[in-house]
Amino acid sequence: MAKTLFEKIWDKHVVKTINGGPSVLYIDKHFIHEVTSPQAFKGIEKRGSTVFRPHQVVATADHNVPTINQHLPIKDELSRIQVQQLIENCKNHNIELYGLGHPFQGIVHVIGPELGITQPGMTIVCGDSHTSTHGAFGAIAFGIGTSEVEMVFASQCVLQSKPKLMRINIEGELSSGVVSKDIILYIIAQISASGATGYFVEYAGSAIRKLSMEARMTICNMSIEMGARGGMIAPDETTFTYIKGRQFAPGNGQWDRKVAEWKTMYSDEGAVFDKEIDINAADIEPMITYGTNPGLGITINGSTPITDTIMDEGERKNIIKALQYMGLQPGKQLLGMPVQHVFIGSCTNSRIEDLRLVASLIKGKHKNANVQVMIVPGSQQVAKQVKAEGLDKIFAEAGFEIRQAGCSACLGMNEDKIPAGEYCISTSNRNFEGRQGAGARTLLASPLTAAAAAITGVVTDVRELM
Amino acid sequence: MKALTTITSTFVPLPIENVDTDQIIPARFLKATTKDGFGKNLFRDWRYLNDDEKQPKKDFVLNQPQYRGEILVAGKNFGCGSSREHAAWSLLDYGFRCVVSSFFADIFKNNALNNGVLPITVSDAFLQKIFQQGNQSTLTVNLQQQTLTIDATGENERFDINDYKKTCMLNGYDDIDYLLSIKDDIEAFEIQQTQSLQL
Repeated sequence: MAKTLFEKIWDKHVVKTINGGPSVLYIDKHFIHEVTSPQAFKGIEKRGSTVFRPHQVVATADHNVPTINQHLPIKDELSRIQVQQLIENCKNHNIELYGLGHPFQGIVHVIGPELGITQPGMTIVCGDSHTSTHGAFGAIAFGIGTSEVEMVFASQCVLQSKPKLMRINIEGELSSGVVSKDIILYIIAQISASGATGYFVEYAGSAIRKLSMEARMTICNMSIEMGARGGMIAPDETTFTYIKGRQFAPGNGQWDRKVAEWKTMYSDEGAVFDKEIDINAADIEPMITYGTNPGLGITINGSTPITDTIMDEGERKNIIKALQYMGLQPGKQLLGMPVQHVFIGSCTNSRIEDLRLVASLIKGKHKNANVQVMIVPGSQQVAKQVKAEGLDKIFAEAGFEIRQAGCSACLGMNEDKIPAGEYCISTSNRNFEGRQGAGARTLLASPLTAAAAAITGVVTDVRELM
Repeated sequence: MKALTTITSTFVPLPIENVDTDQIIPARFLKATTKDGFGKNLFRDWRYLNDDEKQPKKDFVLNQPQYRGEILVAGKNFGCGSSREHAAWSLLDYGFRCVVSSFFADIFKNNALNNGVLPITVSDAFLQKIFQQGNQSTLTVNLQQQTLTIDATGENERFDINDYKKTCMLNGYDDIDYLLSIKDDIEAFEIQQTQSLQL
């Protein structure tokens, strides 16, 4: 029987299925961080237990950590307590922690893949919705709540109902100045922030095959923003080449056997999806969001909606509210609008290729005097590579502030907040009201579009600068 | 988890679509290490100006005393965004035992069910009917029958819920208790996995 990639992995991981209920899904790897784990650890301890399979848990501190002076004690008391709690919990339960000061520390969805921990065919969970990132390797990876974190601690399993399956086929060539971030922003604008709710998405097609692993991760990362349970891409030679030789990748003795197994991970010819969407890569232009959910996006030279013409009352009210919050007018272009901040970072776009893209655009130039630019590499290892390639000099000469690894201004849990009323072009994944700080106005875009705005100080079509 | 069988209550209307979890519970409140006290931070930035409890925003429904109840009725795509379970904790701690909408985001729905907050999905038409009811009007939730009724008119709609989750909610059962009870099956699965890899 023809199976989808999702079904192949799902079927191999079901321990049993409850009659009229969810399946018990075995979890290969459980990533944890300081924010969504403390109550789960407390829960386990209250039952008089310890974590069932500690060697299958990988921990890091990322959401709450400062991005400067990480060697000093954390100033914010609650953050300090939370990060300390993670250290104690990992010690008590024998879990490997790549915390502050560890060379492997970084944003959880950056370090998993770069350490070779994330591999095809795995089931992976984390108390964070952007866990879908790991799906780029052909894994079933999804976000869970703290109660489910506790379930995985207790039993290495989670209860999940089998989702519906969607395949998004993207064929053709990407145009100049268009990168994977634009692909996913385009898709979400097409199908809306709830368009894939109830579905697990597989991305396929010639345009996807041409992407690097990091570019694939950006796409899978934002699957949750269209409501999908997760997003995945079948592994191929690009995937195997990426993984080979990494810290926790299968060693030489196991490599061939593993690759042979991974080569079976694809959707069979004739496999049935509940929904299929076809997209022409050539239709995609650089994107930018104007509203307060990631689906409210337009092409870089497009205009905000003319609200009077929106038929659906709920949608019209929605967009009016969004435009009001963002201080924008209906039916107007964003091009040329001044921005006060540029944030390059987050689990969506903070890997070495993203930073190389930025560097290649800004080399020899200086940022606009009216913008503050913050670059946050996704991990200690990325930061090291930035230095090794001399990108840090390019950023410094451009007047960009380079920070240390963490989630930073994506959600402003630490001090990296955007002030009320100010605009920030961000390579992150969410533009909800107050996401980057109370009253902050987020415009989501690709690293290229963000870099362009850093130079000009206004919303810019990067193709004009190339 | 507290068991839920029936609720009859007035409701709090929130006719806004795409209410995301950053609004339900802003990120700065995720620094907690326990599950307590989240109710006071529910919709914090929509409730208070400048995060100041002495400056309630008068046009936000939670600051309007004529609207009270254990049931929150919200526009479609409620709970989209982050996986933060803190969103469900803040609704529960505030006093909501049920959220009604025409569409729920997946992770939020799961988190709500895992905490004894019942997410009820109704048709858009029924949702609009509810929004037209006055603040004295009560709704009745019957989990066994899977119905939501507008008491004033008797109009009702059946809602879906998976049998397992329904049983858990009706009895206050916990998923972890279930998983711990099948530990043997899980260990057997692990052994079988290892063996099949060695073939």
